[in-house]
Formats: sequence, structure tokens, C-alpha cells
Amino acid sequence: MSTIASELPGFDPHRLGHRGDGPDPADHGPAPKRIVVGYGFWIFLLSDFVMFSGFFAAYAVLSTSTAGGPSGRDLFDLHNVAIETACLLASSFACGMASIAVEERKALPAQLWLAVTAVLGLAFLILEVKEFLALIAAGNDPQHSAFLSSFFTLVGCHGLHVSAGVLWLLTMMAQLFSKGFAPNLLRRFRCFSLFWHALDIIWVAVFTVVYLIGVTQ
Amino acid sequence: MSTQHEADWQGELAPGDERQGDSGASGGVRGYLLALALSVLLTAASFAVVGTKLLWAPGIPVALAVFAVAQMGVHLVFFLHINSGPDNTNNILALAFGILIVSIIISGSLWIMFHLNHNMMPMNKLTDLHLQH
Repeated sequence: MSTIASELPGFDPHRLGHRGDGPDPADHGPAPKRIVVGYGFWIFLLSDFVMFSGFFAAYAVLSTSTAGGPSGRDLFDLHNVAIETACLLASSFACGMASIAVEERKALPAQLWLAVTAVLGLAFLILEVKEFLALIAAGNDPQHSAFLSSFFTLVGCHGLHVSAGVLWLLTMMAQLFSKGFAPNLLRRFRCFSLFWHALDIIWVAVFTVVYLIGVTQ
Repeated sequence: MSTQHEADWQGELAPGDERQGDSGASGGVRGYLLALALSVLLTAASFAVVGTKLLWAPGIPVALAVFAVAQMGVHLVFFLHINSGPDNTNNILALAFGILIVSIIISGSLWIMFHLNHNMMPMNKLTDLHLQH
């Protein structure tokens, strides 16, 4: 008797339900900690995206509410934004190279690439803080209009995430230096690289929605 | 035993995992270089569309949205290693749910607030009314 594959009891190409009853010994028992930690952190990142979407929605609604003050077209310096974008993108690439070095358990290249990641992240932060300070010094502070409130909230929230990421990165570099490639540090590094790449995704939305669309309006 | 279990595990991938022995386009140094090149290209295209007069003005936001979504896709696939492979289903399902919520929040807010603004009396008429009484 011939049966087609999809009618077989164990047929599950996407491996949605594979706990305990499969012929494969790896199907038994809970998923390893590496998977659980990574998946949990992925859920956190998605919830972070949802939080950012609230700020993006507020900005999109309020971007024309300038209360007679300056709009994005008057304020934004695309040259500065391009340099910030380059810093963050190069930093994401350096983080990827660091993850390859960590997979291969090479301590020195890993530390060097992580240092490059941190320096580029700091450069991004310095540029952003300078931009904010220049805006506030010119009288365009968050209290000035609903547009500026939502701008500072959205971009500042991304900046806070980057600052937290840099702190995390520096702590992790010190721990890698003193403890080596311990399993818990490897999991922590995996989460960090997810976090860092996710921040770059949010920055893509920020420079498109806030800066590029802002200067064309 | 548990390390053996970890080494044998082929059932799922954590987000950010590369498949073992992955020599596909999204793995290794080549994958990251490709991602960097694609991202630089898409970013440069976005800035060029705004900086030059190449495009018809009303088409600019559409072009920007297309470039941004493409670049987010590049980041997800090449940097976060979220792809359509059979071991990535849970990650993809979670991502799909996240995208659903994000799009509901953003499009819903814009939709509601646009109609609210549309139905509101303009501010100068409102102050005129106050002055009349």
C-alpha cells in the first residue's frame, strides 16, 4: 500500500510539533538554552519594535503641528544624518564580523571588532547629541511645538537604546577579556548582536520617516 | 550529556543563528560583505532621491518607503539571519505577528487622526465663535 508523504503520521516539514514523538533522538526533551534565550530575546525585540511604532505614529501625526515654529525642512541637516547612518551601518557590519570571530573562538579579532563596533556606536551618539544641543541652543527645544516634542522623543529614544547598547557592549568586552568564551557569555553576545542589528533597522525607519521625508515636505 | 544534546540539536534555530556549515549567500564573511554593499546602495539611493531632482516630487515618499523596506529586509536576512528556512518557522511567525501589530498601530493612528483633523473646525473659526459670544 502506498501513502503520499503528507498523510504520514510524522510528516512535519516545518517542524512545528516535534516534541518527544519523532524518530529523531534530538526531538526529545526541551530545546537547549541557546535556542530558548535567543527566541525570548527575539520576542523582546519585537515588543521593542511595537513600542517604537507608537512613537513613529505620534511623530507621523504631529509632524505638521509646528505651532508656527520651524518645520523639519528648516531644521534638518542631511549631511550630518548621512554620517550618522554610515557610522551605524559600519558598526552593524563590525558586529557581524565580531560574531564570526566569536563563533571561531578567536579572542583577539573578536575584541578588535567589538572595539570597532563600540567606537562607531559612540561616534553616532556624539553626532546625535551635538545635533540635539545645537537645536536646543537655537531655541528649538522639545517644549517649542508638538512636532519638536515628538521628534525629540522618537530620535532620543533610539539614541537611548544605542547608549544602553554601548554600555552593554563595553561590559561584555570586559567579561570576555576576563572569563573567555564561557557559555553564558556566548548567549549574551548572541543577544547583543541581535539588539545591535535591530537598532540599525529602527534607524533605517528613523532616517527615512523623520529626516528624508521631513526635508521633502 | 547536555553539551552533547546542544551539539546534536538540529531542530530549531535561534534568531541570529547561522545554520551549521552554511555556505549560502547569507552566511559567513561574504554574507556580511554582501549585506553591507546592499545596505550602502539602498541608503545612497534614498539620499540621492531626496538630494537630486531625478524623481517626480510626489513619487519621492513612495521611492523612500520602497528603499527603506528593502533595506530592513536585507538587515533581517543577512544580519539577523531570519529567513524562510524550515527551522526558522517560529521566528518568522513571531516576526509576522510583530509586523501585524506595528502596521495596525501606525496605519490606525494615521487614519483616525486624519479624520479627526478633517472633522475639526479650523482654529480661526473656533476663535471667531468664542469672540461672538
